[in-house]
Amino acid sequence: MPVLSVRDLSIDYITRRGPVHAVRDVSFELEKSETLAIIGESGSGKTTLAVGLIRLSPRGAKVTGGQILYTKNGLTTDVRTLDDDDLREYRWAEAAMVFQAALNSFNPVITIWEQFNDTARAHGMKDRHKVRDRADELLDLVHLDAKRVLPAFPHELSGGMKQRVLIALALMLEPQLIILDEPTTALDILTQRSIIDLLRQLREKLGFSMIFISHDLSIAAELADRMITMYAGRVVEEANVDDMFYRPRHPYSVGLLRAVPRVSGVLGSVASIPGSPPDLMRLPIGCSYAPRCPYAIDACRAADPPLVPVDTPRHEAACIRWKHVAEVLGSNAEVPVTEKLA
Amino acid sequence: MTALIELDHISRTFETPAGVITAVDSVSLALGQGEAMCLVGESGCGKTTTGRLLTGLLRPSGGRLLYEGKDVWLTKGADLARFRRAVQLVHQDPYASLNPTRTVFQTLSAPLFRHKKASSGKQALSAVNELLTRVDLSPPENFIAKYPHQLSGGQRQRVAIARALTVDPKVIVADEAVSMVDVSIRVSLLNLLLALAKEFSVTIVLITHDLAVARYFASRGRIGVMYLGRMVELADTEALVTDPAHPYSAALIAAIPEADPDITRSKTRVELRSAEIPSLLSLPPGCTFHPRCPLAEAGLCDVLVPELLPIPGAREVACHVAVRERTSERAVVTA
Amino acid sequence: MSAAVLSRPTMGQRLLGPWSATVGFLRLLSKRPVGLIGFIGIVFFLLLAFVAPMFVPFQNDPSLVDIYQTPSQAHPLGTDFQGKDVLNQIVFGGRDILTVAILAALLSTVIAITFGSIAATVGGKVDSTILAITDVVLTLPKLILLIAVAAIVRPTSFVFLAVILGLIQWSSLLRQIRAQVLSLKERDYVEAARSLDLGLMHIVFREILPTMRSYIAIHFIFAMTDAMYAQIFIVFLGLVPVSGSNWGIMLYFAQGQGALFFRDSIWYILSPILAITLVQLSLVSFASALEDIFNPRLRGSA
Repeated sequence: MPVLSVRDLSIDYITRRGPVHAVRDVSFELEKSETLAIIGESGSGKTTLAVGLIRLSPRGAKVTGGQILYTKNGLTTDVRTLDDDDLREYRWAEAAMVFQAALNSFNPVITIWEQFNDTARAHGMKDRHKVRDRADELLDLVHLDAKRVLPAFPHELSGGMKQRVLIALALMLEPQLIILDEPTTALDILTQRSIIDLLRQLREKLGFSMIFISHDLSIAAELADRMITMYAGRVVEEANVDDMFYRPRHPYSVGLLRAVPRVSGVLGSVASIPGSPPDLMRLPIGCSYAPRCPYAIDACRAADPPLVPVDTPRHEAACIRWKHVAEVLGSNAEVPVTEKLA
Repeated sequence: MTALIELDHISRTFETPAGVITAVDSVSLALGQGEAMCLVGESGCGKTTTGRLLTGLLRPSGGRLLYEGKDVWLTKGADLARFRRAVQLVHQDPYASLNPTRTVFQTLSAPLFRHKKASSGKQALSAVNELLTRVDLSPPENFIAKYPHQLSGGQRQRVAIARALTVDPKVIVADEAVSMVDVSIRVSLLNLLLALAKEFSVTIVLITHDLAVARYFASRGRIGVMYLGRMVELADTEALVTDPAHPYSAALIAAIPEADPDITRSKTRVELRSAEIPSLLSLPPGCTFHPRCPLAEAGLCDVLVPELLPIPGAREVACHVAVRERTSERAVVTA
Repeated sequence: MSAAVLSRPTMGQRLLGPWSATVGFLRLLSKRPVGLIGFIGIVFFLLLAFVAPMFVPFQNDPSLVDIYQTPSQAHPLGTDFQGKDVLNQIVFGGRDILTVAILAALLSTVIAITFGSIAATVGGKVDSTILAITDVVLTLPKLILLIAVAAIVRPTSFVFLAVILGLIQWSSLLRQIRAQVLSLKERDYVEAARSLDLGLMHIVFREILPTMRSYIAIHFIFAMTDAMYAQIFIVFLGLVPVSGSNWGIMLYFAQGQGALFFRDSIWYILSPILAITLVQLSLVSFASALEDIFNPRLRGSA
């Protein structure tokens, strides 16, 4: 049984000018100890999806359909139906979220220790000594010096240290699932490297399932087992990480892979995707990527393509021309897209 | 090739309540006309301050800024005005780089009127249309009357670039100009800048923390790597990424995650001795990188500050060990 | 569309607004009911105070027979202690008060903007001097100062009163304007304007101040309300020579002649209070919509 099974989840933002369909019919499954990367750019709906998974959506957001099925010890519950008390237990004890350290995820006027204590108390750990021990343990796990970090205020810590503290906080109640929002964005290269290595280490040691959302393909290449690309609120492709990088079948995935230059190896043919993402309040009829797609035909504009299996196992793409995409790419070798298209 | 714009051992310090910070320490850099180069480094390395020193928006605490051979801070009047117009800055944040209460037309026409490149509404309109087309905002009619909040991040950056172009600059400093823009359109902005460099011989300095962007942008040019206020390596891009001379550059290149599972999961790291970045308030003696450097030699690296010296291959590096190894290597090879 | 874009509005155009601009403004306002009500209120009182007196004869004859009459058809708001019609006095009583309020607010806003911007953009000794003077004025207790100045100088003309009020009020607004300009000065687009050599005038008047439009307008409105209160206050205290009859004077007499104690004379004291309160409310309600309207992003239309 997968740990998390999302089925046809849709989330709207209610605005004065009408509903914004931020997430549309998203489905995916996450197995135990698996790492899933949700990759998308601004307006893709990835952040809305991530906070929606633990029902932390802002006031104006409304889940308009679908299920979020969480399974533990053989028991499956729909997160959407949890009442407030159960939800609080679910959040943090079962599924914890690590926010982006650069985005003011800390209360600036309390120390890190108080942050730990508040979080612990909110989830029923009342004994200060136990909390202190746990905090020491967690900070050690993330390679931070507890004596230095606990009495400090957030602004006294570097970006990398803050991100580690957020990871430590998330692990407090030993959740089965950790969701990370842009864990390495806005961090320096060496710091990014240390965070990625840390996540890999923790995952091996503690065995949790991980979902991270990002616009950065490289972190998916590093850590993910499976990947989803999102565009205009929909999942457009889902595959193993190798298949996604070397054998993508949706034109958006291809375009995205082609738009990211690499440092090592051959540069290949790097190119941007022309145009811009659609206005989520006025989506075009048919495939929302069609206006920017180099392979679009009339049939693409007639109806929104469903996710269909393609030529490699456990690989689906929402494109009726995926075979053509495969042809354009040519080989199925483990060679990056930019080189294949060069 | 005489340099168009040059930094000659330029330094800049800041006074803070906690002490004096040396943001830029004796950096030298000479740029020719039409050159596209990148300044890379992590946060606190001084690349942004160096960019500001280049544009003359910040006064140096030491050293000189030379434009067309003349010390800028000693020029006055018309010469100084000419310099100010010749070097323009494109900012990082597309949401802050344009005045939210002015339309695209107002933003772009103001410098045209001010510098007498247009003397009537009609002339300004056609000049603005041309500028917008040049930065690939076509058709220009769609953008002229818009306010910044009606444009996407990438479109705003193009308007910012167009604004810089209104005064026919010779140098454009783009400070992290693509970092806050969607990944899928970064490359098109970089291509735009490269096209401008080629077509109009504009020297472009792109400041970035993203080595992959740097490699793409400066693929035919140079990259300068900065660490804690100093330039530690300056080399042709391909030479730098395939064979970095400075241990810090090597560490960066080895550490950067790549969008390619096979490569990135099998990269060999350069292990640094410490992950802690020294505070700018109390820099280590000698080479500021020595506490973290795997090649550090006691008695040399912790005592003597390495100068940026040329090594074989038309490149420069500020590292005692690297200079020694590479010059003696070359000497051995040619012997 | 090109024509609209080409025309750079002149000062006159900007102040009066061509027909289409006014209609545009009203349309934006109509989406904000509170602001619209405020606007209607302001227009109503402006008409009442400045236009109505041209059409309504001034009834200045005391009539002992009609002292403290309750509201009737002849006297919709009753009569005062001299038998004069209250409504008539309300109509004629707003002119002075509103004129002084507008003039005082104008003066203090202009001083605050000018010197606040200069202090922030020029910096250095100029800044310290202006700041020092401002801080001194800021610490002086306004009301006491007002009482003292009014008592000494005994302003007879209302313009004089307006000047006094304006000169007392600018200090806190100046500090705020200076702080805003200091922070806006560091914005990227201002830095771009500097490097494009657009000139200090342009930077202050076209880059910085326009982003403070709503701020300035709101402060102008509150300066008006302050000036109104200040006027009423000193008239009520009898510090200003009482001549003519405006709302403040009505209150002065109403209180002095014991209008509070008679049920019949309640309207004499209530009417000016209501008039003043309604004007204040209209101003404040209108101000609440201004922030939205001046911010292009919040306007809600392309």
